[in-house]
Amino acid sequence: MYVAVKGGERAIDNAHAWLAEERRGDPTVPELSVAQIREQMALAVNRVMTEGSLYDPDLAALAIKQARGDLIEAIFLIRAYRTTLPRFGSSVPVKTAEMACERRISATFKDAPGGQVLGPTFDYTHRLLDFKLAAEGETPTAPEGEARREPTPHITGFLNREGLIQTEDESGETPPDLTREPMELPAARALRLQALTRGDEGFVLGLAYSTQRGYARNHAFVGELRIGTVAVEMDIPELGFAIEIGEITVTECESVNQFKGSKTEPPQFTRGYGLVFGQTERKAISMALVDRALRWKELGEDDQGAPAQDEEFVLMHCDNIQATGFLEHIKLPHYVDFQSELELVRKLRRAAGAEEVKEAAQ
Amino acid sequence: MTQTQARQQWMSLLAKAPPADLARLWAAFGDAPAYSFLRAPEAGGVMVQGRAGATGAPFNLGEMTVTRCSIKLETGEIGHAYVQGRDKDHATRAAQIDAMMQGAQAEALRAAVLDPLQEKMQAIRATRSAKAAATRVEFFTMVRGED
Repeated sequence: MYVAVKGGERAIDNAHAWLAEERRGDPTVPELSVAQIREQMALAVNRVMTEGSLYDPDLAALAIKQARGDLIEAIFLIRAYRTTLPRFGSSVPVKTAEMACERRISATFKDAPGGQVLGPTFDYTHRLLDFKLAAEGETPTAPEGEARREPTPHITGFLNREGLIQTEDESGETPPDLTREPMELPAARALRLQALTRGDEGFVLGLAYSTQRGYARNHAFVGELRIGTVAVEMDIPELGFAIEIGEITVTECESVNQFKGSKTEPPQFTRGYGLVFGQTERKAISMALVDRALRWKELGEDDQGAPAQDEEFVLMHCDNIQATGFLEHIKLPHYVDFQSELELVRKLRRAAGAEEVKEAAQ
Repeated sequence: MTQTQARQQWMSLLAKAPPADLARLWAAFGDAPAYSFLRAPEAGGVMVQGRAGATGAPFNLGEMTVTRCSIKLETGEIGHAYVQGRDKDHATRAAQIDAMMQGAQAEALRAAVLDPLQEKMQAIRATRSAKAAATRVEFFTMVRGED
Protein backbone atom coordinates (compact mmCIF):
# COMPACT_ATOMS: atom_id res chain seq x y z
CA MET A 1 0.00 0.00 0.00
CA TYR A 2 1.17 3.49 -0.80
CA VAL A 3 0.42 6.20 1.74
CA ALA A 4 0.96 9.79 0.63
CA VAL A 5 3.73 11.84 2.17
CA LYS A 6 4.25 15.58 2.07
CA GLY A 7 7.19 17.91 2.35
CA GLY A 8 10.48 18.19 0.51
CA GLU A 9 9.23 20.80 -1.95
CA ARG A 10 12.45 22.75 -2.07
CA ALA A 11 14.56 19.61 -2.45
CA ILE A 12 12.34 18.49 -5.33
CA ASP A 13 12.59 21.87 -7.09
CA ASN A 14 16.34 21.84 -6.69
CA ALA A 15 16.56 18.27 -7.97
CA HIS A 16 14.64 19.29 -11.09
CA ALA A 17 16.86 22.36 -11.56
CA TRP A 18 19.91 20.11 -11.41
CA LEU A 19 18.23 17.68 -13.83
CA ALA A 20 17.86 20.57 -16.30
CA GLU A 21 21.53 21.50 -15.89
CA GLU A 22 22.67 17.91 -16.33
CA ARG A 23 20.42 17.55 -19.36
CA ARG A 24 22.27 20.42 -21.00
CA GLY A 25 25.62 18.89 -20.12
CA ASP A 26 28.88 20.78 -20.66
CA PRO A 27 27.82 24.29 -21.82
CA THR A 28 30.96 24.59 -23.97
CA VAL A 29 29.54 21.80 -26.16
CA PRO A 30 26.85 23.06 -28.60
CA GLU A 31 23.27 22.29 -27.60
CA LEU A 32 21.42 19.56 -29.52
CA SER A 33 18.39 20.81 -31.44
CA VAL A 34 15.12 18.92 -31.80
CA ALA A 35 15.61 18.99 -35.58
CA GLN A 36 19.04 17.37 -35.19
CA ILE A 37 17.54 14.55 -33.12
CA ARG A 38 14.70 14.11 -35.63
CA GLU A 39 17.10 13.92 -38.58
CA GLN A 40 20.12 12.17 -37.11
CA MET A 41 18.65 9.94 -34.38
CA ALA A 42 15.82 8.83 -36.64
CA LEU A 43 15.65 5.23 -35.46
CA ALA A 44 15.30 6.33 -31.83
CA VAL A 45 12.55 8.73 -32.97
CA ASN A 46 10.85 5.82 -34.77
CA ARG A 47 10.93 3.65 -31.67
CA VAL A 48 9.45 6.42 -29.54
CA MET A 49 6.66 6.96 -32.10
CA THR A 50 5.89 3.24 -32.31
CA GLU A 51 5.79 2.53 -28.58
CA GLY A 52 4.46 5.96 -27.72
CA SER A 53 1.71 5.10 -30.22
CA LEU A 54 1.75 8.53 -31.84
CA TYR A 55 3.19 9.35 -35.24
CA ASP A 56 4.81 12.78 -34.93
CA PRO A 57 8.60 12.88 -35.49
CA ASP A 58 9.02 16.38 -34.01
CA LEU A 59 7.26 15.48 -30.78
CA ALA A 60 9.19 12.22 -30.48
CA ALA A 61 12.48 14.10 -30.98
CA LEU A 62 11.48 16.66 -28.34
CA ALA A 63 10.61 13.82 -25.93
CA ILE A 64 14.02 12.21 -26.50
CA LYS A 65 15.74 15.51 -25.75
CA GLN A 66 13.67 16.08 -22.61
CA ALA A 67 14.27 12.48 -21.46
CA ARG A 68 18.05 12.82 -21.96
CA GLY A 69 17.96 9.91 -24.38
CA ASP A 70 16.06 7.55 -22.05
CA LEU A 71 13.70 6.11 -24.65
CA ILE A 72 11.20 4.59 -22.21
CA GLU A 73 10.95 7.95 -20.43
CA ALA A 74 10.46 9.58 -23.86
CA ILE A 75 7.73 7.06 -24.70
CA PHE A 76 6.09 7.91 -21.36
CA LEU A 77 6.07 11.62 -22.30
CA ILE A 78 4.48 10.86 -25.67
CA ARG A 79 1.83 8.61 -24.13
CA ALA A 80 0.97 11.34 -21.64
CA TYR A 81 0.74 13.96 -24.41
CA ARG A 82 -1.35 11.62 -26.56
CA THR A 83 -4.08 11.52 -23.94
CA THR A 84 -4.54 15.30 -24.23
CA LEU A 85 -5.36 15.16 -27.95
CA PRO A 86 -8.99 15.14 -29.03
CA ARG A 87 -9.62 12.13 -31.28
CA PHE A 88 -10.84 13.29 -34.70
CA GLY A 89 -11.61 9.78 -35.88
CA SER A 90 -10.10 6.64 -37.34
CA SER A 91 -8.38 6.24 -40.66
CA VAL A 92 -9.27 3.86 -43.42
CA PRO A 93 -6.87 0.85 -42.97
CA VAL A 94 -3.56 1.73 -44.64
CA LYS A 95 -2.91 -0.06 -47.92
CA THR A 96 0.57 -1.50 -47.60
CA ALA A 97 0.30 -3.08 -51.06
CA GLU A 98 0.52 0.47 -52.41
CA MET A 99 3.56 1.36 -50.30
CA ALA A 100 6.34 3.39 -51.93
CA CYS A 101 8.99 0.85 -50.85
CA GLU A 102 12.40 2.05 -49.75
CA ARG A 103 13.37 -1.41 -48.59
CA ARG A 104 11.79 -4.70 -49.53
CA ILE A 105 13.33 -8.09 -49.03
CA SER A 106 12.15 -11.68 -48.96
CA ALA A 107 14.06 -14.51 -47.33
CA THR A 108 11.82 -17.07 -49.07
CA PHE A 109 11.82 -15.98 -52.72
CA LYS A 110 15.08 -15.11 -54.38
CA ASP A 111 13.44 -13.77 -57.52
CA ALA A 112 10.59 -11.92 -55.85
CA PRO A 113 8.64 -9.86 -58.41
CA GLY A 114 9.41 -6.25 -57.58
CA GLY A 115 12.93 -7.22 -56.60
CA GLN A 116 15.02 -7.45 -53.47
CA VAL A 117 15.67 -3.86 -52.46
CA LEU A 118 18.08 -3.44 -49.58
CA GLY A 119 17.40 0.19 -48.74
CA PRO A 120 19.35 2.06 -46.06
CA THR A 121 20.20 -1.02 -44.00
CA PHE A 122 22.75 -2.03 -41.36
CA ASP A 123 22.70 -5.54 -42.87
CA TYR A 124 26.02 -6.54 -44.46
CA THR A 125 27.91 -3.83 -42.59
CA HIS A 126 30.88 -5.17 -40.64
CA ARG A 127 29.83 -3.68 -37.32
CA LEU A 128 33.20 -2.02 -36.93
CA LEU A 129 33.22 1.40 -35.32
CA ASP A 130 33.59 4.06 -37.98
CA PHE A 131 35.95 6.67 -36.58
CA LYS A 132 35.34 8.91 -39.57
CA LEU A 133 31.96 9.75 -38.00
CA ALA A 134 33.78 11.23 -35.00
CA ALA A 135 35.06 13.94 -37.34
CA GLU A 136 32.39 16.38 -38.44
CA GLY A 137 31.54 17.84 -41.79
CA GLU A 138 30.71 14.85 -44.00
CA THR A 139 27.60 15.02 -46.20
CA PRO A 140 27.43 11.64 -47.90
CA THR A 141 25.24 11.13 -50.96
CA ALA A 142 23.75 7.86 -52.20
CA PRO A 143 23.85 6.69 -55.81
CA GLU A 144 20.60 6.60 -57.79
CA GLY A 145 19.19 3.97 -60.09
CA GLU A 146 16.19 3.56 -62.36
CA ALA A 147 13.17 4.17 -60.11
CA ARG A 148 10.33 1.69 -60.09
CA ARG A 149 6.93 3.30 -60.82
CA GLU A 150 4.45 0.46 -60.27
CA PRO A 151 3.48 -0.81 -56.80
CA THR A 152 5.33 -3.79 -55.36
CA PRO A 153 3.09 -6.86 -54.91
CA HIS A 154 3.04 -8.75 -51.61
CA ILE A 155 4.96 -12.05 -51.58
CA THR A 156 2.18 -13.94 -49.81
CA GLY A 157 -0.01 -13.27 -52.85
CA PHE A 158 2.12 -15.71 -54.87
CA LEU A 159 1.73 -18.50 -52.31
CA ASN A 160 -1.98 -17.77 -52.15
CA ARG A 161 -2.35 -18.59 -55.83
CA GLU A 162 -1.39 -22.19 -55.12
CA GLY A 163 -3.56 -22.28 -52.01
CA LEU A 164 -0.48 -23.16 -49.96
CA ILE A 165 -0.90 -20.42 -47.43
CA GLN A 166 -3.63 -19.49 -45.04
CA THR A 167 -5.57 -16.49 -46.38
CA GLU A 168 -6.32 -13.24 -44.57
CA ASP A 169 -9.83 -12.27 -45.54
CA GLU A 170 -10.83 -8.64 -45.51
CA SER A 171 -13.47 -7.57 -43.02
CA GLY A 172 -14.98 -4.20 -42.27
CA GLU A 173 -15.51 -4.64 -38.56
CA THR A 174 -14.51 -1.91 -36.12
CA PRO A 175 -11.43 -3.08 -34.23
CA PRO A 176 -11.31 -2.97 -30.43
CA ASP A 177 -9.15 -0.15 -29.04
CA LEU A 178 -7.16 -0.74 -25.87
CA THR A 179 -6.65 3.00 -25.42
CA ARG A 180 -10.41 3.35 -24.95
CA GLU A 181 -11.51 0.14 -23.20
CA PRO A 182 -9.51 -1.97 -20.77
CA MET A 183 -8.07 -5.11 -22.30
CA GLU A 184 -10.26 -8.17 -21.98
CA LEU A 185 -8.98 -11.71 -22.30
CA PRO A 186 -9.20 -13.80 -24.37
CA ALA A 187 -8.30 -11.02 -26.81
CA ALA A 188 -9.22 -10.98 -30.49
CA ARG A 189 -6.26 -10.92 -32.87
CA ALA A 190 -6.92 -7.23 -33.63
CA LEU A 191 -6.43 -6.36 -29.96
CA ARG A 192 -3.31 -8.54 -29.72
CA LEU A 193 -1.81 -6.78 -32.74
CA GLN A 194 -2.50 -3.36 -31.21
CA ALA A 195 -0.86 -4.41 -27.94
CA LEU A 196 2.15 -5.89 -29.74
CA THR A 197 2.75 -2.95 -32.06
CA ARG A 198 3.02 -0.56 -29.08
CA GLY A 199 4.72 -3.16 -26.88
CA ASP A 200 8.30 -2.89 -25.65
CA GLU A 201 10.80 -3.77 -28.37
CA GLY A 202 13.08 -5.63 -25.99
CA PHE A 203 10.28 -7.67 -24.46
CA VAL A 204 8.73 -8.60 -27.82
CA LEU A 205 12.21 -9.40 -29.21
CA GLY A 206 12.95 -11.70 -26.27
CA LEU A 207 9.68 -13.56 -26.71
CA ALA A 208 10.20 -13.88 -30.47
CA TYR A 209 13.69 -15.24 -29.85
CA SER A 210 12.29 -17.79 -27.39
CA THR A 211 10.02 -19.17 -30.14
CA GLN A 212 13.06 -19.58 -32.40
CA ARG A 213 14.93 -21.44 -29.67
CA GLY A 214 12.16 -23.97 -29.18
CA TYR A 215 9.52 -22.50 -26.86
CA ALA A 216 6.39 -22.88 -29.03
CA ARG A 217 8.61 -23.62 -32.00
CA ASN A 218 6.96 -22.50 -35.20
CA HIS A 219 9.92 -22.07 -37.53
CA ALA A 220 9.37 -18.69 -39.09
CA PHE A 221 10.78 -17.35 -42.35
CA VAL A 222 10.66 -13.68 -43.19
CA GLY A 223 8.33 -14.05 -46.15
CA GLU A 224 8.59 -10.34 -46.68
CA LEU A 225 9.89 -7.27 -44.97
CA ARG A 226 9.04 -3.89 -46.46
CA ILE A 227 9.66 -0.33 -45.35
CA GLY A 228 8.27 2.74 -47.05
CA THR A 229 5.60 5.39 -47.08
CA VAL A 230 1.85 4.90 -47.19
CA ALA A 231 -0.88 7.50 -47.44
CA VAL A 232 -3.33 7.74 -44.54
CA GLU A 233 -6.90 8.28 -45.67
CA MET A 234 -9.88 9.30 -43.55
CA ASP A 235 -13.56 9.94 -44.19
CA ILE A 236 -14.29 13.58 -43.43
CA PRO A 237 -17.81 13.82 -42.02
CA GLU A 238 -18.39 17.49 -42.92
CA LEU A 239 -17.42 16.79 -46.54
CA GLY A 240 -18.99 13.37 -47.06
CA PHE A 241 -15.90 11.98 -48.79
CA ALA A 242 -12.45 10.69 -47.89
CA ILE A 243 -9.19 12.57 -48.26
CA GLU A 244 -5.58 11.72 -47.49
CA ILE A 245 -4.71 13.41 -44.22
CA GLY A 246 -1.03 12.55 -44.28
CA GLU A 247 1.70 10.14 -45.20
CA ILE A 248 3.59 7.91 -42.77
CA THR A 249 6.57 5.60 -42.96
CA VAL A 250 5.87 2.09 -41.73
CA THR A 251 7.69 -1.24 -41.51
CA GLU A 252 5.73 -4.38 -42.32
CA CYS A 253 6.83 -7.97 -41.78
CA GLU A 254 4.98 -11.03 -42.93
CA SER A 255 6.34 -14.23 -41.51
CA VAL A 256 5.65 -17.52 -43.24
CA ASN A 257 5.58 -20.52 -40.97
CA GLN A 258 5.73 -24.21 -41.61
CA PHE A 259 2.53 -25.92 -40.48
CA LYS A 260 1.94 -29.65 -40.62
CA GLY A 261 -1.79 -29.25 -40.26
CA SER A 262 -4.03 -29.86 -37.29
CA LYS A 263 -7.41 -31.40 -36.55
CA THR A 264 -9.08 -28.39 -38.13
CA GLU A 265 -6.58 -27.05 -40.70
CA PRO A 266 -4.85 -28.69 -43.70
CA PRO A 267 -1.03 -28.70 -44.06
CA GLN A 268 -0.13 -25.25 -45.36
CA PHE A 269 1.95 -22.23 -44.54
CA THR A 270 0.57 -19.98 -41.83
CA ARG A 271 1.30 -16.34 -41.20
CA GLY A 272 2.39 -13.92 -38.55
CA TYR A 273 2.09 -10.18 -39.01
CA GLY A 274 4.07 -7.19 -37.83
CA LEU A 275 3.35 -3.54 -38.63
CA VAL A 276 5.01 -0.62 -36.86
CA PHE A 277 5.62 3.12 -37.37
CA GLY A 278 8.86 4.22 -38.99
CA GLN A 279 11.85 2.14 -39.97
CA THR A 280 11.71 -0.27 -37.05
CA GLU A 281 12.38 -3.67 -38.53
CA ARG A 282 13.65 -5.62 -35.53
CA LYS A 283 10.37 -4.82 -33.84
CA ALA A 284 8.28 -5.69 -36.91
CA ILE A 285 9.90 -9.12 -37.26
CA SER A 286 9.57 -9.78 -33.52
CA MET A 287 5.92 -8.78 -33.61
CA ALA A 288 5.21 -11.17 -36.49
CA LEU A 289 6.77 -14.12 -34.66
CA VAL A 290 4.90 -13.44 -31.42
CA ASP A 291 1.63 -12.84 -33.30
CA ARG A 292 2.08 -16.26 -34.92
CA ALA A 293 2.83 -17.97 -31.60
CA LEU A 294 -0.32 -16.45 -30.05
CA ARG A 295 -2.47 -17.83 -32.86
CA TRP A 296 -2.10 -21.45 -31.68
CA LYS A 297 -5.73 -21.72 -30.57
CA GLU A 298 -7.34 -20.55 -33.81
CA LEU A 299 -5.02 -22.84 -35.82
CA GLY A 300 -5.85 -25.88 -33.65
CA GLU A 301 -2.26 -26.32 -32.42
CA ASP A 302 -1.23 -27.76 -29.06
CA ASP A 303 -0.58 -25.53 -26.10
CA GLN A 304 3.06 -26.25 -25.35
CA GLY A 305 2.96 -24.11 -22.24
CA ALA A 306 5.47 -21.69 -23.77
CA PRO A 307 5.53 -18.06 -22.59
CA ALA A 308 5.00 -16.73 -26.13
CA GLN A 309 1.77 -18.78 -26.40
CA ASP A 310 0.41 -17.39 -23.15
CA GLU A 311 -1.80 -14.50 -24.20
CA GLU A 312 -2.24 -13.15 -20.70
CA PHE A 313 1.50 -13.30 -19.98
CA VAL A 314 2.40 -11.56 -23.25
CA LEU A 315 -0.33 -8.92 -23.41
CA MET A 316 -0.29 -7.96 -19.76
CA HIS A 317 3.49 -7.52 -19.66
CA CYS A 318 4.53 -6.16 -23.06
CA ASP A 319 3.67 -2.51 -22.34
CA ASN A 320 6.77 -0.81 -21.01
CA ILE A 321 4.88 2.20 -19.63
CA GLN A 322 2.60 0.03 -17.51
CA ALA A 323 5.61 -2.04 -16.51
CA THR A 324 7.88 0.84 -15.62
CA GLY A 325 5.08 2.68 -13.85
CA PHE A 326 4.50 -0.22 -11.50
CA LEU A 327 8.16 -1.11 -11.19
CA GLU A 328 9.37 2.42 -10.49
CA HIS A 329 6.65 3.28 -8.01
CA ILE A 330 8.35 1.03 -5.45
CA LYS A 331 11.17 3.55 -5.12
CA LEU A 332 8.73 6.23 -3.92
CA PRO A 333 8.27 6.62 -0.16
CA HIS A 334 6.67 3.50 1.34
CA TYR A 335 7.49 4.46 4.91
CA VAL A 336 4.16 3.57 6.53
CA ASP A 337 4.01 0.33 4.62
CA PHE A 338 7.54 -0.57 5.57
CA GLN A 339 7.01 0.46 9.20
CA SER A 340 4.33 -2.22 9.55
CA GLU A 341 6.60 -4.81 7.91
CA LEU A 342 9.32 -3.86 10.35
CA GLU A 343 6.96 -4.31 13.30
CA LEU A 344 5.93 -7.70 11.99
CA VAL A 345 9.50 -8.98 11.54
CA ARG A 346 10.42 -7.77 15.03
CA LYS A 347 7.41 -9.55 16.46
CA LEU A 348 8.25 -12.79 14.62
CA ARG A 349 11.84 -12.61 15.82
CA ARG A 350 10.72 -12.07 19.42
CA ALA A 351 8.42 -15.06 19.13
CA ALA A 352 11.19 -17.20 17.55
CA GLY A 353 13.62 -16.06 20.30
CA ALA A 354 11.19 -17.01 23.05
CA GLU A 355 10.71 -20.41 21.40
CA GLU A 356 14.51 -20.98 21.36
CA VAL A 357 14.83 -20.07 25.05
CA LYS A 358 12.04 -22.51 25.85
CA GLU A 359 13.73 -25.31 23.81
CA ALA A 360 17.11 -24.66 25.46
CA ALA A 361 15.51 -24.91 28.88
CA GLN A 362 14.03 -28.31 28.14
CA MET B 1 -12.49 14.25 -63.13
CA THR B 2 -15.45 15.32 -61.04
CA GLN B 3 -15.35 18.40 -58.85
CA THR B 4 -15.29 16.13 -55.78
CA GLN B 5 -12.30 14.17 -57.09
CA ALA B 6 -10.46 17.39 -57.87
CA ARG B 7 -11.15 18.66 -54.36
CA GLN B 8 -10.04 15.36 -52.80
CA GLN B 9 -6.78 15.70 -54.70
CA TRP B 10 -5.94 19.22 -53.63
CA MET B 11 -6.99 18.63 -50.04
CA SER B 12 -4.81 15.48 -49.93
CA LEU B 13 -1.90 17.36 -51.43
CA LEU B 14 -2.21 20.17 -48.88
CA ALA B 15 -2.48 17.65 -46.01
CA LYS B 16 0.82 16.01 -46.95
CA ALA B 17 2.71 19.12 -48.06
CA PRO B 18 5.78 20.24 -46.10
CA PRO B 19 4.49 23.31 -44.17
CA ALA B 20 7.55 25.42 -45.04
CA ASP B 21 7.06 24.87 -48.79
CA LEU B 22 3.39 25.77 -48.64
CA ALA B 23 4.17 28.87 -46.55
CA ARG B 24 6.73 30.07 -49.09
CA LEU B 25 4.49 29.52 -52.15
CA TRP B 26 1.49 31.05 -50.39
CA ALA B 27 3.44 34.15 -49.40
CA ALA B 28 4.63 34.56 -52.99
CA PHE B 29 1.03 34.26 -54.28
CA GLY B 30 0.10 37.07 -51.94
CA ASP B 31 -3.44 37.75 -53.14
CA ALA B 32 -5.65 36.43 -50.32
CA PRO B 33 -9.22 37.57 -49.58
CA ALA B 34 -10.31 38.20 -45.99
CA TYR B 35 -11.77 35.25 -44.09
CA SER B 36 -13.28 34.32 -40.75
CA PHE B 37 -12.94 31.07 -38.84
CA LEU B 38 -15.85 28.67 -38.76
CA ARG B 39 -13.64 26.37 -36.71
CA ALA B 40 -10.37 27.74 -35.38
CA PRO B 41 -7.36 25.53 -36.07
CA GLU B 42 -7.30 22.63 -33.61
CA ALA B 43 -4.70 19.89 -33.18
CA GLY B 44 -5.87 16.36 -32.48
CA GLY B 45 -5.22 12.73 -33.15
CA VAL B 46 -6.45 10.25 -35.73
CA MET B 47 -6.22 6.54 -35.02
CA VAL B 48 -4.41 4.91 -37.93
CA GLN B 49 -5.60 1.42 -38.79
CA GLY B 50 -3.78 -1.46 -40.44
CA ARG B 51 -5.01 -4.89 -41.50
CA ALA B 52 -3.85 -8.24 -40.07
CA GLY B 53 -1.71 -9.89 -42.75
CA ALA B 54 -2.04 -6.68 -44.85
CA THR B 55 -5.43 -7.82 -46.21
CA GLY B 56 -7.39 -9.17 -43.21
CA ALA B 57 -9.35 -7.70 -40.33
CA PRO B 58 -8.52 -4.11 -39.32
CA PHE B 59 -6.59 -3.30 -36.13
CA ASN B 60 -5.46 -0.07 -34.47
CA LEU B 61 -1.84 0.70 -35.27
CA GLY B 62 -1.50 3.96 -33.33
CA GLU B 63 -2.44 7.60 -33.66
CA MET B 64 -1.00 10.42 -35.74
CA THR B 65 -1.25 14.14 -35.11
CA VAL B 66 -3.59 16.08 -37.38
CA THR B 67 -4.70 19.72 -37.34
CA ARG B 68 -8.05 20.75 -38.71
CA CYS B 69 -9.54 24.11 -39.55
CA SER B 70 -12.59 25.55 -41.33
CA ILE B 71 -12.89 29.06 -42.69
CA LYS B 72 -15.32 31.21 -44.66
CA LEU B 73 -14.10 33.76 -47.18
CA GLU B 74 -15.80 37.13 -47.30
CA THR B 75 -16.83 36.13 -50.83
CA GLY B 76 -18.80 33.26 -49.27
CA GLU B 77 -16.80 30.11 -50.10
CA ILE B 78 -16.19 27.69 -47.24
CA GLY B 79 -12.85 25.90 -46.93
CA HIS B 80 -11.91 22.90 -44.80
CA ALA B 81 -8.54 21.42 -43.99
CA TYR B 82 -7.21 18.33 -42.24
CA VAL B 83 -3.41 18.40 -42.36
CA GLN B 84 -0.72 16.17 -40.88
CA GLY B 85 1.11 17.48 -37.81
CA ARG B 86 0.40 20.33 -35.38
CA ASP B 87 1.05 23.43 -37.47
CA LYS B 88 -1.98 25.73 -37.08
CA ASP B 89 -0.81 28.22 -39.71
CA HIS B 90 -0.44 25.34 -42.16
CA ALA B 91 -4.01 24.18 -41.46
CA THR B 92 -5.33 27.74 -41.85
CA ARG B 93 -3.54 28.22 -45.18
CA ALA B 94 -4.83 24.87 -46.41
CA ALA B 95 -8.41 25.83 -45.51
CA GLN B 96 -8.01 29.23 -47.25
CA ILE B 97 -6.70 27.52 -50.38
CA ASP B 98 -9.52 24.95 -50.27
CA ALA B 99 -12.04 27.82 -50.24
CA MET B 100 -10.26 29.83 -52.94
CA MET B 101 -10.02 26.77 -55.19
CA GLN B 102 -13.84 26.94 -55.36
CA GLY B 103 -13.77 30.53 -56.62
CA ALA B 104 -12.46 32.68 -59.43
CA GLN B 105 -8.81 32.46 -58.39
CA ALA B 106 -8.68 28.65 -58.74
CA GLU B 107 -6.58 28.52 -61.91
CA ALA B 108 -4.07 31.12 -60.76
CA LEU B 109 -3.75 29.41 -57.41
CA ARG B 110 -3.26 26.01 -58.99
CA ALA B 111 -0.47 27.32 -61.18
CA ALA B 112 1.25 29.32 -58.46
CA VAL B 113 0.86 27.05 -55.43
CA LEU B 114 -0.58 23.57 -56.01
CA ASP B 115 1.38 22.58 -59.12
CA PRO B 116 4.81 23.63 -57.79
CA LEU B 117 3.99 21.94 -54.47
CA GLN B 118 3.09 18.71 -56.23
CA GLU B 119 6.22 18.86 -58.37
CA LYS B 120 8.41 19.35 -55.34
CA MET B 121 6.80 16.44 -53.47
CA GLN B 122 7.03 14.20 -56.51
CA ALA B 123 10.69 15.08 -56.95
CA ILE B 124 11.45 14.13 -53.32
CA ARG B 125 9.64 10.83 -53.77
CA ALA B 126 11.35 10.12 -57.10
CA THR B 127 14.78 10.71 -55.58
CA ARG B 128 14.07 8.27 -52.76
CA SER B 129 12.74 5.68 -55.23
CA ALA B 130 15.86 6.12 -57.35
CA LYS B 131 18.09 5.58 -54.31
CA ALA B 132 16.09 2.47 -53.40
CA ALA B 133 16.46 1.21 -56.98
CA ALA B 134 20.25 1.55 -56.70
CA THR B 135 20.17 -0.92 -53.78
CA ARG B 136 18.26 -3.56 -55.70
CA VAL B 137 20.15 -6.82 -55.49
CA GLU B 138 20.21 -10.06 -57.45
CA PHE B 139 20.92 -13.04 -55.21
CA PHE B 140 22.46 -16.10 -56.86
CA THR B 141 22.20 -19.55 -55.33
CA MET B 142 25.65 -21.14 -55.36
CA VAL B 143 25.93 -24.60 -56.90
CA ARG B 144 27.12 -27.01 -54.25
CA GLY B 145 29.56 -29.90 -54.76
CA GLU B 146 27.43 -32.88 -53.76
CA ASP B 147 25.14 -32.77 -56.78
